[in-house]
Amino acid sequence: MTNHFPTTAREIRDAVASRRVSAVEVCRHYLDRIAQFDGKLGAFRAVAADRALEDAARVDNENAALPLAGVPVAVKDNLCTRGMTSTASSKILEGYVPPYDATVITRLKQAGAIVIGKTNCDEFGMGSSTENSAYGPSRNPWDTSRIPGGSSGGSAVAVSAQLAPVALGSDTGGSIRQPAAMCGIVGLKPTYGRVSRYGLLAFASSLDQIGPLARTVFDAALLLKIMAGHDPADSTAASAPVPDFCEALTGDVTGIRLGVPAAIIDEGIDQDVRNAFSQSLEVLKDRGATLVDIDLPHARYAIPTYYLVATAEASSNLARYDGVRYGFRASNTGQDLRAMYTRTRAGGFGTEVKRRIMLGTYVLSAGYYDAYYLKALRVRTLIRRDYERAFERVDLVAMPTSPTPAFALGERLEDPLQMYLTDVFTVSAPLAGLPAISLPCGFSSRKLPIGLQLIGRPFEEAVVFRVADAYERATTWWKEQPRVRM
Amino acid sequence: MADPLTAADVDRVAALAQLELTDQERRTFVGQLNEILGYAQQIQTLDTTGVEPTSHVLAGHSADRADELRPSLPITEALEDAPDAAPEAGLFRVPRVIGPTE
Repeated sequence: MTNHFPTTAREIRDAVASRRVSAVEVCRHYLDRIAQFDGKLGAFRAVAADRALEDAARVDNENAALPLAGVPVAVKDNLCTRGMTSTASSKILEGYVPPYDATVITRLKQAGAIVIGKTNCDEFGMGSSTENSAYGPSRNPWDTSRIPGGSSGGSAVAVSAQLAPVALGSDTGGSIRQPAAMCGIVGLKPTYGRVSRYGLLAFASSLDQIGPLARTVFDAALLLKIMAGHDPADSTAASAPVPDFCEALTGDVTGIRLGVPAAIIDEGIDQDVRNAFSQSLEVLKDRGATLVDIDLPHARYAIPTYYLVATAEASSNLARYDGVRYGFRASNTGQDLRAMYTRTRAGGFGTEVKRRIMLGTYVLSAGYYDAYYLKALRVRTLIRRDYERAFERVDLVAMPTSPTPAFALGERLEDPLQMYLTDVFTVSAPLAGLPAISLPCGFSSRKLPIGLQLIGRPFEEAVVFRVADAYERATTWWKEQPRVRM
Repeated sequence: MADPLTAADVDRVAALAQLELTDQERRTFVGQLNEILGYAQQIQTLDTTGVEPTSHVLAGHSADRADELRPSLPITEALEDAPDAAPEAGLFRVPRVIGPTE
């Protein structure tokens, strides 16, 4: 073994391919770290130690030249993994072991990646802090009294604390980007349709996307290249060609026009976040990008629009959890089918999920559909058009990922509306179907990570990655690591 | 403009959503849902006359594929996760839905 143990996906697969380190050694390294730190952090719902070591041995023996050979991946628990529990951190799926792999899992395994475990999340992806898990919260490695963001909080914690080099999350209104920002790592929500959702436990089907979390932009690009592309098992997976995103990382941003919606970045944003954001723009300007003032006049309506659309879709998607085919079924419901449904759902869903099912059912119900749901879909069009107009003049739109750094555990749990407002900068990209990345751009005065968000045109992840990578090369934020106190 | 949500609305919606709520949940949800809906009222101020709704963002997307028989999950495997099943009959088991009532 060399004196530098490989810690990024790129380093690991190169080291495994050249036999400097074995996939089994890599896997043991991360399993040891999980055993050492996860009691404190709560990133994982389940760790597949034996199976991961077997898979790693197989890579060493048969497939050491694959593009992700021996790279451990932590997988959000709302993705189906054959033979491993997949609960979406909900009691209603307690013990559920899917009989199939999600398409992204199949593709990563075929590329030599090792699924090391399943990560904690807000139940069914509904939350911004990972506190809505039926199995307890995850903790931010930078300050364990704080939330890691959500809903893919466990995945972000795992990568940030180096319990895994890379992870998968899902993003409906910011669930990859916001925890990535709060944990000081890179997270990408791909274009709607870029990645197959076959095997993703659906939350809001017009918004959900699966994406990578990583410590470097290169690793995120490497994962997306393998995950992306048409899939006959998902009719919404686009047949658009998948470029080699890693080749796009030239370090050159000369001539890139970066749109800055200054009007929305003043309203109640944390001062440290605003400063870090301004400084990150200067870095990109120094590297050759041009800053352009843009206006997104309907951005302020994105939160209400998102919470009407997403909850409506959730109320429909979650109708499938009825205690018949999988997961939890309430006892003591006698021989009454309706009582079996209502008590199973009462006992199986957590409070936030119930609240969203209620809201979504209400806005779809007779007499309210036009005023709420249909109106929100029309405003969604206005939000899309804002971006279409902006992209006539700019290549990317930049804004902070989160209006504040990580907040304290429990701080917003009793106030759902305050929790929803956390998503002010992240809900627009999914509403408009656009790719968006969050990457580390500084720290608050309390040494909490801050994220820069770059939003691109549909299917132009290559441009998003190129500019993010250029920023990463010009800065050292990504190299800083949390010191977890046990 | 829609009316604020009442306790009766919460009961009606819970029934539609097949959810049994506790008294505590019913009380909390009336307040919280009204607060959220009140916040959402701001979209009513926008003029959306002639604006088409966006239910999804896929444009010119075709999901057609050949209509060919493909292997599917064996019934025994599909039943393995069920809380109650009759594998010998290849069925999920649920409380009686049809037949004589007492």
